[in-house]
Amino acid sequence: MKLVIIAGPASVGKTAVVRQIIREFHETSNPAYVKIDVVRAFEDEELREEFGIPTRKVYSGDLCPDHAGIMVLQDAISWAQNLGSGLLIIESAGLCLRCTPYTTQSFGIAVLSAVSGSNSPLKMAPMIAQADMAVVTKTDLISQAEKEVFREYIKEVAPSIDIVETNAIQGTGMRYLMKALGAYPDLSEAAQIVLRGSPPLGVCTICIGKKEIGWQHHFGVIRPLEEADNIYRGD
Amino acid sequence: MRRDQMSEITILAGTNRSGKREGFNQIIIRPGDTLSIVGPTGSGKSAFINDIEVLAQADTVTGRRILVNGVPPSDEMARDPSKKPIALITQNTRVIADLDVSRFLKLHVEARKQTHIEHLIENTITLANEFTGEEVTGAMSMTALSGGQTRALLIADAILVGRTPILLLDEVENAGIFKERVISCIKECQKTVVFVTHDPYLALRTDRRIVMSNGAVVKVLEPRERERTAIARVSEIDDLLWDLRERIRSGDLIGEEDATDKEIGVNA
Repeated sequence: MKLVIIAGPASVGKTAVVRQIIREFHETSNPAYVKIDVVRAFEDEELREEFGIPTRKVYSGDLCPDHAGIMVLQDAISWAQNLGSGLLIIESAGLCLRCTPYTTQSFGIAVLSAVSGSNSPLKMAPMIAQADMAVVTKTDLISQAEKEVFREYIKEVAPSIDIVETNAIQGTGMRYLMKALGAYPDLSEAAQIVLRGSPPLGVCTICIGKKEIGWQHHFGVIRPLEEADNIYRGD
Repeated sequence: MRRDQMSEITILAGTNRSGKREGFNQIIIRPGDTLSIVGPTGSGKSAFINDIEVLAQADTVTGRRILVNGVPPSDEMARDPSKKPIALITQNTRVIADLDVSRFLKLHVEARKQTHIEHLIENTITLANEFTGEEVTGAMSMTALSGGQTRALLIADAILVGRTPILLLDEVENAGIFKERVISCIKECQKTVVFVTHDPYLALRTDRRIVMSNGAVVKVLEPRERERTAIARVSEIDDLLWDLRERIRSGDLIGEEDATDKEIGVNA
């Protein structure tokens, strides 16, 4: 099974990118989808209805969504593996843009909107720098020159990152993403998966730099996939 | 292969909105060719040049495929701006980049891996000012430019910074620019150019006209000499309209004698 982790600010078109990935792989890879959001999310229901694939959502509630995503990821991998899925897509509504939800053994995609201002790549630098690919959406709304200037800003943050420019609704330019994803290896050892980078300093076990995924490895406020509420686990 | 050695673009037919195959097998655009794309709004004109710009490989709504020199383009050519032989000026003249003109051009010069940065920025602004009557300066904010200024700057940028052999221009006549100067500049630079246009004069001035309907190409016309008389006449009418437009914009009253049949040459 391949693992794909998709991050990016609100309303940039992450789900439009997901939809294109599912469209490409749903004949061959039996994709499964998990959406992590804060208060409300509808994408799981929409995608289940549209493609007939297994989907789930996790409301992070008082937790930061990336934090919740890290907590449930190990469970989510088991869930998708038990369903015989060949491709697990995790979409995180990462909010402060300081975190990088990408892990080892996963293909990390940062989604950016071409209409979000020239400096936006600089503002979300960690999220781009640790991704495998930056997908720039809504490029049909700006001029070619402006698209090329936006690209320069992304390169300033991550000089060698793979950049895909797209109108994600139509899927223009997505062939490069599909090619890279198709060639990406399956995850080999789920128990060995760790975060690629350290989240910002803070007080919980994830915030202080523990990179293991799955609630079993953490203390404080934790969250298994099957539990709707957060649980406190003391050290 | 270098960008400037590129010889031809081939467009392979896709389908219209009902999924029916387009009315051609392939359209070949050779260096120095001029084409216009005509048809009602929503007929697929912009989608046609967008397919060329993204070097589509059946991955857009139209299903068209684009070949460069008879073969599918390399990923590098399609994705690295400094290797891309095409510049597209869209209809949209709204810029989102929160940068001043000089900084915008500098970044674009870097993206296109050109040298002599300062000199090139200066020349681009000078050329932009040949295309528009409203002065553009390096210190202006991109987001504050008018439609005409943006269009003039982006065309100058495509010619000098992009320095691509192929230019795709989507309804250049809509913004207040000197289109005659743009056309002559493109000819001097020996560019291949594709105009999406509703302007009769621009459409008549090109070698070939591609007619669109319902998302597909329905005709490819090559008028050659047959439209020569019409071109001369339309040119006079266009000059008159240009003059009238300028006078109206500057607040003149237009008298009877300004628009007689004799002057516009309709009965000539």
